[in-house]
Amino acid sequence: MSIDYSEKIPNNVDLAGDKALQRALEHWQPEFLSWWKDMGPEGSLNHDVYLRTAVSVEPGGWANFGYVKMPEYRWGIFLNPAEADRKIQFGDHKGEPAWQDVPGEHRGNLRRIIVTQGDTEPASVEQQRHLGLTAPSLYDLRNLFQVNVEEGRHLWAMVYLLHRYFGRDGREEAEALLERRSGDRDNPRILGAFNERTPDWLAFFMFTYFTDRDGKFQLSALAESGFDPLARTSKFMLTEEAHHMFVGESGVARIVQRTGEIMAREKTDDSAKIRSLGAIDLATVQRYLNFHYSVTLDLFGSDVSSNAATFYSSGLKGRFEESKQSDDHVLKNMTYPVLEVVDGKLIERQAPTLNALNERLRDDFIRDSVAGVGRWNRVISKTGVNFELKVPHKAFNRRIGPLAQIRVAPDGRVVSQAEWDANVHHWLPTPEDRAFVQTLMGRVVEPGKFANWIAAPAMGINKQPINFEYVRFS
Amino acid sequence: MGRDDAAEIVRQHVIDPEICIRCNTCEETCPVHAVTHDSRNYVVDPNICKTCGTCIAPCPTGAIDNWRQVEKFKPYSLDEQLSWDSLPSPVEFDGTVGAALPDDVERLTTEARAGQGGVAPAPWSAESPSVNICTPSNPAIATVTANFRLTDDNASSDIRHIILDLGNLPFPVLEGQSIGVIAPGADANGRPHHIRLYSVASPRDGEKPNHNNLSLTVKRVTEDHDGRKMRGVASNYLCDLRKGDPVTIVGPYGTTFLMPNHSGSSLLMICTGTGSAPMRAMTERRRRRRMLKEGGELMLFFGARGPGELPYFGPLTKLPRDFIDVNFAFSREPGKPKTYVQDLIRARATEVARLLQDDNCYIYVCGLKGMEDGIKDAFREVCMSNGMSWDALQPQLLAKGRFHAETY
Repeated sequence: MSIDYSEKIPNNVDLAGDKALQRALEHWQPEFLSWWKDMGPEGSLNHDVYLRTAVSVEPGGWANFGYVKMPEYRWGIFLNPAEADRKIQFGDHKGEPAWQDVPGEHRGNLRRIIVTQGDTEPASVEQQRHLGLTAPSLYDLRNLFQVNVEEGRHLWAMVYLLHRYFGRDGREEAEALLERRSGDRDNPRILGAFNERTPDWLAFFMFTYFTDRDGKFQLSALAESGFDPLARTSKFMLTEEAHHMFVGESGVARIVQRTGEIMAREKTDDSAKIRSLGAIDLATVQRYLNFHYSVTLDLFGSDVSSNAATFYSSGLKGRFEESKQSDDHVLKNMTYPVLEVVDGKLIERQAPTLNALNERLRDDFIRDSVAGVGRWNRVISKTGVNFELKVPHKAFNRRIGPLAQIRVAPDGRVVSQAEWDANVHHWLPTPEDRAFVQTLMGRVVEPGKFANWIAAPAMGINKQPINFEYVRFS
Repeated sequence: MGRDDAAEIVRQHVIDPEICIRCNTCEETCPVHAVTHDSRNYVVDPNICKTCGTCIAPCPTGAIDNWRQVEKFKPYSLDEQLSWDSLPSPVEFDGTVGAALPDDVERLTTEARAGQGGVAPAPWSAESPSVNICTPSNPAIATVTANFRLTDDNASSDIRHIILDLGNLPFPVLEGQSIGVIAPGADANGRPHHIRLYSVASPRDGEKPNHNNLSLTVKRVTEDHDGRKMRGVASNYLCDLRKGDPVTIVGPYGTTFLMPNHSGSSLLMICTGTGSAPMRAMTERRRRRRMLKEGGELMLFFGARGPGELPYFGPLTKLPRDFIDVNFAFSREPGKPKTYVQDLIRARATEVARLLQDDNCYIYVCGLKGMEDGIKDAFREVCMSNGMSWDALQPQLLAKGRFHAETY
């Protein structure tokens, strides 16, 4: 199962054994590289970046570190090893052998799932392309680039499935993945959160904490898929996704640590004073959190969804940790609580579990997110500062589903439009907040040095010292 | 690693809760399911973890690569670990309890013992060993007094006998112990080279009796286990040393692979290549004490490709048969069938069976990992043909400190 690096496209799927597919992907490869040069990290083509590259999908082999110029990164196609006699674990086909090919009746839905997932990967590279110019350290710059190349590899993973299993339609979808642009008015990316800007590093860390965590939960659900190649692809992507969440969690933790240290030193909780000392006040951090959290909750889709039921029953997309659930894995005649708006009020009602699977995955995500916010609060309390970050109510600032019709405060109260308008500047980042954060974004390139608004990490990458030259400019 | 289990210090694998992001990668990766979690922490079960290291590279944060020295029977429990907000401070054990060994030494020792089949204490009459006198932060500098080739000029391997003088340094070693060598310079990532362990080939009173020196048997490594070209950093460094050169050493290490000292005790030794180093040390110890007529017998099975590849071949052939029963197995001798140590063990089944049953006989295996299975199969057959069961016998041998294996 080692990866063949002598091939133009490194892979562990015996690409050389399917000449037509190999030719099609070799045709797509230069288009991908051209997209990377246009839309990848700005001004970075000649940097030597200390990146990890997979040399096999076994635990020992996928974290090989060395200096790489990003356009020469070995993007390839890696699937987790096949599980012999794997069976479909859930839905109407439960117990049948997993599919090695696309079943005709599910072709459209599977393609839609893969395209939607695939579209998020280049989108986030586009969203983050200017950040390299304002990195707070070489360490952070390297982490950004690692995230970017792996998003690129995740695009490859989805494009392989499209080319290999969906014929001409698949090839056209693969082209379209390189043509849509994040935030483009005429040809935007598919999902809302992926058309938002990632203008500064606080937004980047919040994005990698919350939005890449949506990726973790979507991939975990796809890793259960009855379509075996999708399951194996998703499994390997999950191991890479973990790094992205690490960047987000540790990034925000280092910001609140720095702010807490300054607050404790200066004995102040005055936002203006904290800002004047060149740190990001915790109220601003909270508003960024509210924004990224709520926008990411929308990514899970409508609370009640017949598509979600279909995807599950037909064995295409499972639940988070499907195999650890103790129910019948068919879920008919079961119910799950969802929020509904009745007479302007939020009430909980029971919906058929199958139709509420988006909501369920969203709740799994919320649990995971809240735990990490608790860890940020421990960092703050360790500095001696008394302040707690909180995730807002799940109905706050939603744009999708029935909750989009009402206004809900972070504490869960339904509020009038007038009350919303009067208070939204306390709840969501204002243009002034963003402008202030932008003033802090200056580039730091001396090894071991960090911008004033962020603490140094506890340890370096791959046991390297913190003052290691993680990026060499040429 | 002391003989008193109550005071034995071991390395416990722990996860730093302040760095861990709870991504589940380690739990997913662990081949023995030693990693578990609750809503607060990810933790490692000390009763299941084999310290195999499979989880280390995939961890995105480095939180997984943490270790604490603990008394063997007092590890941090799962409940304790689940309650942590940060790692406990490392506990300092003083030297009388058994000072903490360097991580490299722990790892290499664990790997070398993997095929032994369980834990074996030292023989009851073994001398108490000194360990860890010199540490990586406070190493010793020895001086090369000789470095010569043991294998023929036309042999495929370059095996060398290297004598190190320790001057006035207190560095007592016993037969079967090893020392660590740290090659100078840094690896490709700018970090100091790892410690490499070498068994001492000389007896406790020195290569030259009553001199504070010791000898090593070192093979120049030019390829890896799969035959691919690679240059062993430490072995090439050692093989290229010249008289007068300084060498940075740490140790000594090893508290169980030791020889018995009581009168009438016998040694059954099986080795290949540089695995002969501890056997040479033990044999030489016994040879120097022959006139004391302490009794006991020595039986040696020694494998190599041919006589020219066999370190210490000349001196061994000159030892009297009534002192040591030497059995050479050559696997690449022109015109002769390939013979391995396990073939000769089978051929000498009666004598081997007698020694296996003799409570005064201690068994030592040292050499390449590949030899282990063949030797165990041979023991199994020897036992069967003599009305015994190897699978029943081996745990008894281990419990009595009579079976010791180190392979690499």
